[in-house]
Amino acid sequence: MIAGLKNIFTDTGNITVFTARFFKEVFRPPFQINEFLRQSYAVGYKSLPLVTITGFIMGLVLTIQSRPTMAKFGAESWLPSMVSLSLIREIAPVITALICAGKIASGIGAELGSMKVTEQIDAMEVSAINPYKYLVVTRILATTLMIPILVIYADLVGIFGGYVGYNVHGSMGLYRYFTGVFEHLEFLDVVPATIKTFFFGFFIGLIGCYKGFNASNGTASVGVAANSAVVTASLSIFIIDMLAVQITDLFF
Amino acid sequence: MEKNAPLIAITNLHKTFGENTVLNGVDINVNKGEYVVILGRSGSGKSVTIKCLVGLEKADKGVIKVFDTDITNLNENDLNAIRVRIGFMFQNGALYDSMSIRQNLTFTLKHHNKNISNEDIETKITEALDNVGLLEAIDKMPSELSGGMRKRIGMARALIIQPEIILYDEPTSGLDTITAREISELMVSIQKKYKTTSLIITHDMACAKLTGNRILILNNGVIHAEGTYAELEKSKDSWVKSFFI
Ligand SMILES: Nc1ncnc2c1ncn2[C@@H]1O[C@H](COP(=O)(O)OP(=O)(O)OP(=O)(O)O)[C@@H](O)[C@H]1O
Ligand SMILES: [Mg+2]
Repeated sequence: MIAGLKNIFTDTGNITVFTARFFKEVFRPPFQINEFLRQSYAVGYKSLPLVTITGFIMGLVLTIQSRPTMAKFGAESWLPSMVSLSLIREIAPVITALICAGKIASGIGAELGSMKVTEQIDAMEVSAINPYKYLVVTRILATTLMIPILVIYADLVGIFGGYVGYNVHGSMGLYRYFTGVFEHLEFLDVVPATIKTFFFGFFIGLIGCYKGFNASNGTASVGVAANSAVVTASLSIFIIDMLAVQITDLFF
Repeated sequence: MEKNAPLIAITNLHKTFGENTVLNGVDINVNKGEYVVILGRSGSGKSVTIKCLVGLEKADKGVIKVFDTDITNLNENDLNAIRVRIGFMFQNGALYDSMSIRQNLTFTLKHHNKNISNEDIETKITEALDNVGLLEAIDKMPSELSGGMRKRIGMARALIIQPEIILYDEPTSGLDTITAREISELMVSIQKKYKTTSLIITHDMACAKLTGNRILILNNGVIHAEGTYAELEKSKDSWVKSFFI
């Protein structure tokens, strides 16, 4: 019990130091542009199929599921705008971030963990290459910038999925559907939801890197690093989401 | 630098992991141009010793002087200025496995010297791979190589920056006797050609005999015995003798 409490405190302390180091190193040249682009490609482009499928299904299912309720109130024509609002404000950011936590945080955790275990990180250090800058900063930047883009993409795919879902039972042209969507969209629906996705991305990268970088020796710890990266990243996404809602609520 | 100061001078080095005291007052001096072999049982702390030497592990107590500078309390920049003059060959190669062999070497060279030209990189890589007899592996990925091949690439990567000090962690273990002998001979020829200084960790007595100007035996966290191969071979100490059977 005491030991567990102590672990939580040391872990919190360590991750704070790790985060502080990110902000120190990120502005200090030399910048590892090539590695950053490579990571962005790996994070962004390689996640597209997954995000496309889940985004489409979210929109489709949400529309089909909400239809009976809306029909009861005779408000079927509101379906496009309701579905797109739920997607943009909540569902697409959270589901996409969770999927990326599963794919990207675990990937980073496993990759850096195995680099640590096989002494590749040590090898960088003795070659006077700053492994934190080369491996960690580039990855955190990549996830921080790519997750919001993926979420916006998921929004669009999801809305299109809603269009397909609507036309399973009803019939509405693409143009009229999208007019219905954008008619009711406001600044407050889009901006806070987009801002929080930067935090999702930041924490996905941060936690993946932290877990991998601090893997202990032995190959088993690579699995542990990957696993706890997913769990911690997913949990933190929910916590950020809750905070974001409260803050938005407070100010607007 | 004082004229005859040793290039590496470790004094009273202590290192403990949790409850496990690994080094308990190690003293090692290596003079310029000298090749010193460290022998010792598995787990006796040989790798830890050379990791302390480049600041990968932090010494609990003791002074570690490299190029006459105590590295135990250096900041990152000053430590890196020393590190670029040292080649470190890891026990298992530690190749960057997301990069091909060519990229492994290019990456190291480019970070070592920002202004290096592409032709220079090409000649250096060819020379380094030729030295370890693995020119044909240049465009392979580390995962396509055997353990022994990875080790030799690791050696090429340590040598390619033409360091003044080279630290070898078991350069010949896991190799067949013929390759092991070639590697030992390569180490000797590098010593002659570039006047490098080395600490060599090995279990391979043939390698120790061929490359070591002096041999140290690490036991219970201290240097237990020291001498040339010929001297130690005749030692009366049963512990020392056991290495020479
Ligand atoms: N990072 C670490 N954390 C905890 N203990 C460690 C660490 N590194 C080394 N040790 C311990 O230090 C001791 C010496 O390890 P070291 O790797 O130096 O052995 P070695 O002499 O190189 O052996 P081998 O010949 O098998 O490579 C071992 O008991 C090991 O368990
Ligand atoms: Mg070792």
